[in-house]
Amino acid sequence: MDELVIGKQTFHSRFLLGTGKFSMEKTAEVIAASGSELVTVALRRADMGARGNILDYIPKTVTLLPNTSGARTAEEAVRIARLARELGCGEFVKIEVIPDSKYLMPDNLETIKATEILAKEGFTVLPYISPDLIAARALANAGAAAVMPLGAPIGSNKGLLTRDFVKMLVDEIDLPIVVDAGIGRPSQACEAMELGADAVLANTAVATARDVVAMAKAFADAVAAGRMAYLAGPGRVLDYEGEASSPLTGFLAD
Amino acid sequence: MSDLQETMMDAVLAEAMRHDFGSFTEADAARAIAADALQPADFAALLSPAAEGLLEQMAQRATERTVQHFGNTVCLFTPLYIANYCVNACTYCGFNCKNQIHRAKLTMEEIEREYEAIAETGLRDILLLTGESRVHSDVAYIGEAVALAKQYFATIGIEVYPLEVEEYAFLHEMGADFVSVYQETYDRKRYAEVHPSGPKRDFRYRFEAQERALLGGMRGVGVGALLGLGDCRRDALAAGLHAAALQRAYPHAEVSFSVPRLRPYVNHAERDAGGVGERQLLQIMLAYRLFLPYAGITISTRERAGFRDHVVGMCATRISAGVKTSVGGHEEEEKGDAQFEISDPRSVDEVLDMLAARGLQPVFRDYIRV
Repeated sequence: MDELVIGKQTFHSRFLLGTGKFSMEKTAEVIAASGSELVTVALRRADMGARGNILDYIPKTVTLLPNTSGARTAEEAVRIARLARELGCGEFVKIEVIPDSKYLMPDNLETIKATEILAKEGFTVLPYISPDLIAARALANAGAAAVMPLGAPIGSNKGLLTRDFVKMLVDEIDLPIVVDAGIGRPSQACEAMELGADAVLANTAVATARDVVAMAKAFADAVAAGRMAYLAGPGRVLDYEGEASSPLTGFLAD
Repeated sequence: MSDLQETMMDAVLAEAMRHDFGSFTEADAARAIAADALQPADFAALLSPAAEGLLEQMAQRATERTVQHFGNTVCLFTPLYIANYCVNACTYCGFNCKNQIHRAKLTMEEIEREYEAIAETGLRDILLLTGESRVHSDVAYIGEAVALAKQYFATIGIEVYPLEVEEYAFLHEMGADFVSVYQETYDRKRYAEVHPSGPKRDFRYRFEAQERALLGGMRGVGVGALLGLGDCRRDALAAGLHAAALQRAYPHAEVSFSVPRLRPYVNHAERDAGGVGERQLLQIMLAYRLFLPYAGITISTRERAGFRDHVVGMCATRISAGVKTSVGGHEEEEKGDAQFEISDPRSVDEVLDMLAARGLQPVFRDYIRV
């Protein structure tokens, strides 16, 4: 059985769904269609005034992954994470530290600091970062349970622009690699999985679809297909030109 | 935190004056619409008459950009006027100190009843407003109102007279996170004409208010011109450049625009609205969106429901609901006269239904203060 293990928990789905950008009434249905067992919720937006709280619409069967969006420093992220735990969101937390309002690029350094603090406090920490091998190693040392590199600028739907850098993490980091941000279409999610990512997260791409439920299912299937392809071992695709017919090592006598 | 960027104002104003709106062609505007990252000249092209024929294309592209940066979410808030005493004589404003209107200032008990009534509607984001009077609505009074608002609301913005860094720091400590200050017009000569007396005559002090607010620890700042007061293209260009300069100097800051245009007001109903029509207003909003795709744009109840409903999701990201522009009026009987007339009197629930019908998700709070 192909399972995804993050922290102490085992998941069968490799698609993480973000909630909060589609109507609360649809939340359970969309989560069911996505097959997701780990769903993110932006704590800052969970309170929907008179309309209730997003947390009340998420089935208890899935694991919550509250994120620290809105945090601009490690300290703010740590406080939001603690608040999430107090609110009963469990031990999982996705660290987002974003001190840039234009491109919304994460601050890897502050993220490492927050990860270290929260891991020590017993959180299962999934940090969101710019894909950087050195930062990812530091996160692994700091006690992260997974690493979430961005595929492209958030919201851009440009797909896996950071492909080569994500691949380094896939190859070098002994933690689940969850591609997050920039994934706008199921085919892009599939590509990330074929590359060897352990999971993919999407929110806006699903939430802004004409049929949110159908798109959730499409992502789930694409992620599953990409995973299957990765496990199957894709056939070799040659770059640029064929193999030389007179190999360079043809001179060897034995 | 660094010190005030003293060169910002001159740089922004110089750049705003550099572009000749008559020199742009439709091809310039089309290129600007297609561009991934717009330069000031592209922004000016979108504000120019040459772009008027491409309004539909601008709207299409702006919608894409809005979805990219904000998804399908729209923030909801309501403004509350807590005092309308004013020492300025802005010729376009109903709160003008020369106007014989009903002046009032709510007591903390009255303010609390207003908060209760507003919180009851489900809103979590409030904007507190006063006129400019350090006597009647001093910083301590505003601070007290902010601290009280914290008990009812998640997000508190203030739209009061420009303050010192330490005063902004105090109000931030009390619970405020967002500061709006509108330059009204970036044309210094026009600015002097319409502000004949009062502390507001100091153009530079007002221009630098957002920076002082950020240095005081505020999370976000709003800029804007009162469209119709001066040349609206030039003012929109300057406001956009002002916002861009602020974001560049303070990358963590959330910058946003408001797009007020002149409306009929007390004692001066004979004056026209400055000639800024809806088409022109929309062009400016779309140009803002394309120039700074990450910036919030607020659409107020000065505009009619039909206009507001169509611009949310296209370029506007923040909409007020259940608005009264008089002092009090949510729970308290109206105590003071209104600053301007509103065109969209819908309740919070009605606005929520509209958003749902348009496939948009309301956001009641977008920020956790920790």
